[in-house]
Amino acid sequence: MKSMLNIKDLRASIEGKEILKGINLEVREGEVHAIMGPNGSGKSTLASLVAGKNFADVTSGSITYLGKNLFDLNPEERSKAGIFLGFQYPIEIPGVTMVNFLKTAVNEHRKHKGLEPLSAKDFLKLLREKKDLVEIDSKLTSRSVNAGFSGGEKKKNEIFQMAMLEPKLAILDETDSGLDIDALKIVANGVNKLKRKDNATIIITHYQRLLDYIIPDFVHVLFDGRIVKSGGKELAFELEEKGYQWIKNQVNGN
Amino acid sequence: MQNEIVISDIEREFIDLYRENRNMFEAKASAQVNKVRKSGIRDFERLGIPGKKNEDYKYTPLQPLFRNGYRKYLEPKKVEFNLAHVFRCDIPTLDTHLVLIVNGFFDKKNGELLRELPSGIIIGSLAAASHEYPELFEKHYGKYASHQDGLVALNSAFAQDGFFLYVPKGTIYKKFIQIVNLLVAKEDIMVQHRNLIIVDDNAQAGVIICDHALTPHSFLTNSVTEIYTAENTFFDYVKVQNEHNNAVQFSHIFVNQEANSNMTSNILTLHGGVVRNNVNVLLNGEGAENNSYGLYLVDQEQHVDNYTFIDHARPNCISNQLYKGVLDDSATGAFNGRILVRKDSQKTHAYQANNNILLTDEAKINSKPQLEIYADDVKCSHGATVGQLDDEALFYMRSRGIPEKEARLIMMSAFTHEIISNIKTDPLRTRINELVEKRLRGELSACDNCAVKCY
Repeated sequence: MKSMLNIKDLRASIEGKEILKGINLEVREGEVHAIMGPNGSGKSTLASLVAGKNFADVTSGSITYLGKNLFDLNPEERSKAGIFLGFQYPIEIPGVTMVNFLKTAVNEHRKHKGLEPLSAKDFLKLLREKKDLVEIDSKLTSRSVNAGFSGGEKKKNEIFQMAMLEPKLAILDETDSGLDIDALKIVANGVNKLKRKDNATIIITHYQRLLDYIIPDFVHVLFDGRIVKSGGKELAFELEEKGYQWIKNQVNGN
Repeated sequence: MQNEIVISDIEREFIDLYRENRNMFEAKASAQVNKVRKSGIRDFERLGIPGKKNEDYKYTPLQPLFRNGYRKYLEPKKVEFNLAHVFRCDIPTLDTHLVLIVNGFFDKKNGELLRELPSGIIIGSLAAASHEYPELFEKHYGKYASHQDGLVALNSAFAQDGFFLYVPKGTIYKKFIQIVNLLVAKEDIMVQHRNLIIVDDNAQAGVIICDHALTPHSFLTNSVTEIYTAENTFFDYVKVQNEHNNAVQFSHIFVNQEANSNMTSNILTLHGGVVRNNVNVLLNGEGAENNSYGLYLVDQEQHVDNYTFIDHARPNCISNQLYKGVLDDSATGAFNGRILVRKDSQKTHAYQANNNILLTDEAKINSKPQLEIYADDVKCSHGATVGQLDDEALFYMRSRGIPEKEARLIMMSAFTHEIISNIKTDPLRTRINELVEKRLRGELSACDNCAVKCY
């Protein structure tokens, strides 16, 4: 299978403090990877760097995406190249309606592919289809982006945007946090329905429970800026059972 | 000291010009206009042009703005311009009730001096109306515009023409009446038009006023508009200022609201060199409600200064003020909002907010709320914010494929939306929204200068 994302010896610091201490990760088409780890291990920093948020200084290493140096692309170019970040804390944008926001985004993607902008009618049709797919409340699209949405609505909205943009590589940053079991199922269903042979998903999570619904091909444990353990889906269960202390002890050699 | 000599020269020039032309002014105008004129020149001689020490004009030094050697037209000059050209962007629903004011004088190109619409509304030239309706002028003209500001006194002294609007008792007029102020000349000129709006009991109406400069010359406008809204009235006042960098505009609005009247003003400053808007509202009857909104979009070296004064002179009145601005490049701005709640004005609700976005480090805004509250059972609030565009929101949009420039535009138009959404009539709101979007994109063209596109 074709390699999509290749992270090599990635080191990054925030205000002089090293957060990522040499990450190596390869994701190929059709794969689902889960990155698990305790708070502060560097999960969100890694996700943000792939999406193009420059709050950390990359001190060494590389990220290659479909053969391109990702650092040469700005966030919007990365999006149009097929990278999608599901935010841990989706941003509220009062005054900007979901419809306007999505229409602009979808048409920018189309422009990039050399396609005409969607007509109002076709856009609304697409909107309806994707709403049904991810089971989100149809009223959400007439509201301002995330403004006044509940925690669950915000997370579902991320999956909805993912459905609209059909990314090649989706990174879902703690999309399961703060969700009740029904919302969790809806989110997981959405991700599963959007899975194709030629796309890939990275699920970043603290807990194993999302992985009851989305079966990963690979599980990586991120601890103190390094991937300290990788394995199949059984690693998630092991981690859930033994807790992060088990990893800490292993790393510290106890 | 040299500075002061120059100032007094400018003032002297006005006073001399007045004396030379006084007979002509008085011969043409009606008694009430001349009565106000006399007190105008007296007050101007005493006050002059507000100087550096005047706190109300702290952020907009006026004297330098008068030093341009503007010609002052004391009678309408024949100017060649093609009306069809001006309105080439005409839209099919063009309202025929359009008033044209050219260089401060009512222009007959678009109709007779005074017209009575089928609804009974009277609209036309202020000069003509002052002769035709002396009793209305005696009651209202010069009664609301205060000469405490030397610029207002100056306008009263020189006032000759402008527009007049009378909405008779009980008349409900749902369309907007459009007034277009055009500046068009072959030299630099100063104009001082004077307008009067009377909305009688139980009436409902709205005006949209568009200011445009058609030639690239320097212009200075010093206009005064008096608005009287009687009991149980609804009145909307929308003003779109779309001139150019060489245009200076002082616009003074004086509103007198009687009991249970509801008045909303929207002042949209899209383009101008120096713009100063004074909105003075007297809530003179119980149950009156005033909404004052403003939006200013400035860039380059432009300067915009909004001053509001809401006088809660009676109990149980409501006032809302919201002014928002986006300042780019080296643009500067000021907002000075004064609310006065008098001693017996219990149960007053008075709210004020001023929000600004500065797009560069060089752009500057001074925001100054002034609340004077002498009653004890009132609800008042004020707030001012100055900020930048939210970086987190910009990144969020970019991460969805929206280019940074577009993301910024989307956020700016979201910011302005709150003001525009207060324009209640839909075709007008949509038109204004389009103009604002174009302005934000830097695409406001000569074609869009055409006022009739507003409606």
